[in-house]
Amino acid sequence: MSLLETVSLNEEGFLTNPEEWTKEIAVEMAKGEGIEDLSEDHWMIIDFCRESAVDSGSAPTLRQITKGTGISTKVLFGLFPKGPAKKVAKISGLGKPEGCV
Amino acid sequence: MKTFLILGAGTGGTMVANKMAHELDPQEWRIIIVDKFETHYYQPGFLFIPFGIYSPNDVIKPKRDFIPHNVEYVLSDIELIEPDKNRVTLQKENKIINYDYLVVSTGTQIHPEETEGMAEDGWHENKFDFYTIEGATALSRFLKFWKGGRMVLNITEMPIKCPVAPLEFLFLADWFFHERGMRDNVEIVFATPLDGAFTKPRASSVLGGMLDQKGINLVPDFNIGWVDNDKQAIVSYDEQEVEYDLLVTIPTNMGAEVIDRSGMGDELNYVPIDKHTLQSDKWENVWVIGDAGNAPTSKAGSVAHFMLEILIENILRHMEGLEPLPKFDGHANCYIESGFEKGILIDFNYDVEPLPGKFPLPGFGPFSLLKESAANHWGKMAFRWIYWNILLKGGEMPFESQMTMAGKWA
Repeated sequence: MSLLETVSLNEEGFLTNPEEWTKEIAVEMAKGEGIEDLSEDHWMIIDFCRESAVDSGSAPTLRQITKGTGISTKVLFGLFPKGPAKKVAKISGLGKPEGCV
Repeated sequence: MKTFLILGAGTGGTMVANKMAHELDPQEWRIIIVDKFETHYYQPGFLFIPFGIYSPNDVIKPKRDFIPHNVEYVLSDIELIEPDKNRVTLQKENKIINYDYLVVSTGTQIHPEETEGMAEDGWHENKFDFYTIEGATALSRFLKFWKGGRMVLNITEMPIKCPVAPLEFLFLADWFFHERGMRDNVEIVFATPLDGAFTKPRASSVLGGMLDQKGINLVPDFNIGWVDNDKQAIVSYDEQEVEYDLLVTIPTNMGAEVIDRSGMGDELNYVPIDKHTLQSDKWENVWVIGDAGNAPTSKAGSVAHFMLEILIENILRHMEGLEPLPKFDGHANCYIESGFEKGILIDFNYDVEPLPGKFPLPGFGPFSLLKESAANHWGKMAFRWIYWNILLKGGEMPFESQMTMAGKWA
């Protein structure tokens, strides 16, 4: 049984209960997003996003991530191809980033 | 004498000046409004200029015409806001204004220079914005003589002012090219960082269906990295290329530079506020209206209007030593032009996404929600008159500040 079957996900694949998040869940979710191995840089960004969400109550936007971690947008797209803000939010067990209104 | 200072005489600031001129005792208060420009633009009208539906004269009037005579209007850029010292320094003669209350209404501006290669070779020649009067009129001149080719509309990043405007532009362009008998010669492409046509699921599905019907190609999850001016292509960070003959861009939107200079903003220069009371997170005598703040709702005039009464009530409460009320629900209401003299109306807030149904508007409605109708188009066209004659002057409007579920099909 996959680890992801033990937690509740919404229709877009985000965790509905952030309390259920673990590092192992993150690894599984990353695989689902096409990222086979999470490197140190990946973890640094995931940690940043989780800390930022504790302060603000929501997942950070792309600009908040690049400003907060000092990683360039280009590199961020290399680490989390396609939509990095959305992917990191998912892997970090957070909701879909706001700012889309 | 106490000072009530308003920074920015756009939609939000002008409405606040008109309301406060009625509320505050002139023996006790002086009201000052500062803006660097003399001209007020009806910004929703910019959308119609590229297609020759409006001319620039239809969207401009002197700001002074809308400022009450008992409000002092100062024409100057703002150098610095020091909220810890309750003072603002103007660029004009370095004049200092000390205030008791401050309303920030400095708005949102576009920044094409944030994208490499955008505001350079060919800017306003075959790459245009339509969020400024200059961009909209340059594009109007271009379209008048264009023979066709591939038109690409690109949203750089969210959030943007009036998030439905790009869709309206696409629908109007489709109609415009049809009318000129050249639709077959134009390929229309919509490249967006979103995963669909719009930000909210149900509206996104309806609007996405309309793009399909009109033969407009959607390129979702496209995050522009730079413009390759030699190839005439926009390139995403993950190196997808979309070539264009005509590029219409919605550049990065940011709050005013003075907000950044004053250390009052977030990473896009928006002032952090309590999204329900509209009070600054940090300074209790600083309040924000419209798109200068970071409330997660649409950056649009209708939203500023819905904020107005709640903002005024909360400021007046604060003056009496009472707690502000968390009444603002993020209410937004947008007429979406869909071409061929039809329109769609959407109505939503922080918690409820746009739903289908009927919008009951006493004296005018009902209007169909999330569905095309001719009445919605005429509602939008009538809005320009309402804006100049009622809304800016803080007059009574038949809209409630808070959203109602009446008529909506949940």
